[in-house]
Amino acid sequence: MKITDDSPPVLTALDRPNSYIGRSVPRPNLHRLTQGRGQYISDVVLPRMAHVAFVRSPHAHARIVKIGAEAAKKAPGVIAAVIGAELVKVMTPWVGVLTHLKGLKSAPQAPLAVERACWQGEAVCAVVARTRAEAEDACELVEVRYEELPAATDPEIALDAKTPVIHASLGDNLCFERKVDVGAVDKAFAESDAVVETTFRFGRHTGVTTEPRAVVADWNEGEQRMTVYHGTQAPHMMQNLFAKHLGIAEHQVRVLTKDVGGSFGIKVHTYADEMATVALSKLLKRPVKFVADRIESFVTDIHARDHRIKAKIGVSKNGTITAFEIDDLTGIGPYSVYPRTSGIEANQVVNLTGGPYKCPNYRAQARVVFQNKNVMCQYRAVGHPIAVAVTEGLVELAAAKIGMDPLELRRRNLIPDDAYPTQSASGLKFELLSHHEALAHLDSMMNYAGLRAEQKKLRQSGIYRGIGFASFIEVTNPSAAFYGVGGARITSMDGATVKLDAQGAIIVHTGVTEQGQGAEAVVAQCVASSFGVPIEKVRVITGDTDNTPYGGGTWASRAAGIGGEAAWQAGKALRANVLAVAASILQAKPDDLDIRNGIVVDKDKGTERLPLDELARVAYFRPDTLPPGFQAELMATRHYVPRVWPFAFTNGIQASYLEVDTDTGFVKLLKHWCVEDCGTIINPQLVDEQIRGGVVQGIGAALFEHCLYDERGQLLNGNMADYLVPMAVEMPDIECGHVVSPTADSELGAKGAGEAGTAGAPGSVMNAINDALRPLGAQPLTDMPFTPDKILGALGKV
Amino acid sequence: MNDRTLDISLTVNGARVQECVEARKTLVDFLREDLALTGSHVGCEHGVCGACTVRVNGEIVRGCLMLAVQCDGAEVETIEGLSDSGGVSDLQAAFEQRNALQCGYCTPGMIAAAQDLLKRAKKLPSRDEIREHLSGNYCRCTGYHAIVDAVEAVAQARAGAKK
Repeated sequence: MKITDDSPPVLTALDRPNSYIGRSVPRPNLHRLTQGRGQYISDVVLPRMAHVAFVRSPHAHARIVKIGAEAAKKAPGVIAAVIGAELVKVMTPWVGVLTHLKGLKSAPQAPLAVERACWQGEAVCAVVARTRAEAEDACELVEVRYEELPAATDPEIALDAKTPVIHASLGDNLCFERKVDVGAVDKAFAESDAVVETTFRFGRHTGVTTEPRAVVADWNEGEQRMTVYHGTQAPHMMQNLFAKHLGIAEHQVRVLTKDVGGSFGIKVHTYADEMATVALSKLLKRPVKFVADRIESFVTDIHARDHRIKAKIGVSKNGTITAFEIDDLTGIGPYSVYPRTSGIEANQVVNLTGGPYKCPNYRAQARVVFQNKNVMCQYRAVGHPIAVAVTEGLVELAAAKIGMDPLELRRRNLIPDDAYPTQSASGLKFELLSHHEALAHLDSMMNYAGLRAEQKKLRQSGIYRGIGFASFIEVTNPSAAFYGVGGARITSMDGATVKLDAQGAIIVHTGVTEQGQGAEAVVAQCVASSFGVPIEKVRVITGDTDNTPYGGGTWASRAAGIGGEAAWQAGKALRANVLAVAASILQAKPDDLDIRNGIVVDKDKGTERLPLDELARVAYFRPDTLPPGFQAELMATRHYVPRVWPFAFTNGIQASYLEVDTDTGFVKLLKHWCVEDCGTIINPQLVDEQIRGGVVQGIGAALFEHCLYDERGQLLNGNMADYLVPMAVEMPDIECGHVVSPTADSELGAKGAGEAGTAGAPGSVMNAINDALRPLGAQPLTDMPFTPDKILGALGKV
Repeated sequence: MNDRTLDISLTVNGARVQECVEARKTLVDFLREDLALTGSHVGCEHGVCGACTVRVNGEIVRGCLMLAVQCDGAEVETIEGLSDSGGVSDLQAAFEQRNALQCGYCTPGMIAAAQDLLKRAKKLPSRDEIREHLSGNYCRCTGYHAIVDAVEAVAQARAGAKK
């Protein structure tokens, strides 16, 4: 293990001559994006393309008595107005369950509501017209008669006998339940010197991708093929789902993903309006486009979090954590989202809570309930921000209670760096983590002692600053254990096909997708390094189910660790093939040759023997000059899936330094630090930028973002003026540091880094606010987001 | 022309444009749909996110808050024109070098806003001033730090070049 600071090259065993592993190579796809010449799905225009707009339920729960669409059908430009009963004949409903989440249940969901609308914003009628404006105009003419039904909105009473059951066929509003009881929890609490008990709340929030969800579906009746231009993270998963629910074969569906304007987990799910758009294209035999507007995004993009967690920690006087206990309740809307389900977040909370610590006593209960609000599902860092904030909130409250420094309490309880392999109380298997090394690095990077001294001094002049920490673990590189074993056709494998073109350049097709995180750069770096060409000679193609190897796409911090390894191996395989060609041309032994910087060289001395363009010329155009029976193979494919460990866990620690204005309740973030360990770092800059972007999304959850609903299930702030997101002026500079503990599951040793920032930021900000207010005797704040009114409330000022 | 449409004549990226547009059509929809200049993006449609930022008569405006018909006679510059003019090439290079964009959806607006700051600034803007100026432009990917770094680097380079 070794520590690296911001972005130096990291030299490892992966270094070949001219290696790009560990170098901050700029992403090859950026020029077109800075010039505004990318192609997002919202930019796609096809011949005969029509636009769909949706009439959406204004009620959280209502019976649809009658839909009158005659006037709409006659409106200018209108091609069709379609209701749910018509569309289910084209596309069958789906049910979001996974068999490995035992007992998880949900109800069938259709592309358009049939008979009943179950949340405000659910689409009940689709209007297709020549332009989006005409479609929206005609939506105004659709008359829907609703009979409003009682809405179940509060998770706390979702299971009460008096609360209406949302889906009668399910019997109750319980979607999923899980319990864990490990060690001797009651005994441990009884023997603790101090016990801290509190309730944490995590407000509903959402992804707010800058480009809303977008899809263009194009059914070709002549070819009997559906081409879907889709802003998605998982093209092959969507290919399967479109085919399955249209009742056609997968090879009849092509999913193309171009530039995607942000995803963060928002664009990895099945959305009814997108399924309806695909169905409408088949029905109308022409391309149909849907781009969600911002209000539609707020009421239909998956929401996340919305957990209430009663939590308890026991600690001895010497600082040993004796037990953790949590009771999690979360409301997930009226349907478990297909196909990943809405049980995963609570499941993750149960898995991850207490995860960094050696404490053996752990009890957890999680209940996931239905409610008449927008659906909830997996958004960046799924469950991690909750588990981390609960664990780390408890740790710092316990530290305060026994009068111990919060970093010292962690030092006494974090799993020792030499204890691996090991597992958590909840059963998570850890190959190799570095909590203590990370903590030590953070301590020095932020000058902790100096900040404490500054904090103390400023308090004397009435300035209240706080320092808060959050140690964390992150699930990355998932194997089939995540979804595959539960019956979902979501592959955990990824592949790369690498070919030498006729001028000696390399074309890579990869199953992972580019969402802006830099997957194309990472794949290019891996291939350029393992094959041996300058990175400028590598072109990467993603997001096309007709042309890329089957793959999972981008989610759960898997693109670099899994897609990168496949690319690395494919590059190696092609190098062997190309060296065989070179050997036959040069009458040498392949083992005596290598490819460096795009030239075949003598392995020993590096003497140049044959440029790749010359090799390609001979192989493609003068194969007659090669020995009889020799066939050049200039394309190679390799796949990779983690097999040894179900997940490649990463770890790290974050710190927040902030100032609370005790008169206004405003929080000013002064600085944020994150030290993390994602194993081998392929591109230091991209890792740091994933961390920084993730941290800011976590800060949004801690301070600003909240989907506010009233008791009738009406979203009150579904626009970007009322729903606050982090903007530049409120955000601090963020310093990153790294510890490197590669996974032995792959040759590259890279783990994921996409969610670590979001995992730890909310907990560290919460702890910093409470640290700032502690000398004022404020009640600890545990109800995110920490808006000024809550802070003033804790201070007893409102 | 009928009671819903108007003829307009304007300059877009230096080229003369004459179109008949619906009176209700926003500038950004006009640029994207009628002129196929898709570098200006639609994010929030009510003036908050800045993804549709373009230049009209030298001032940056929200393309979603201005109607196309209001641009009759105006000079409009979009990211495509700014790119081709070379006037923001140092900002673009800095954004690329510093990875100050991930998905790139906010980037055209961000670069237009950054260019506005750098053109107006009488002295070298501080990081706080850069953050303040860019706070009408929403970026969900980067966390802003890299964007501030890139703009700061260009501000310093331009100031150095002037000396």
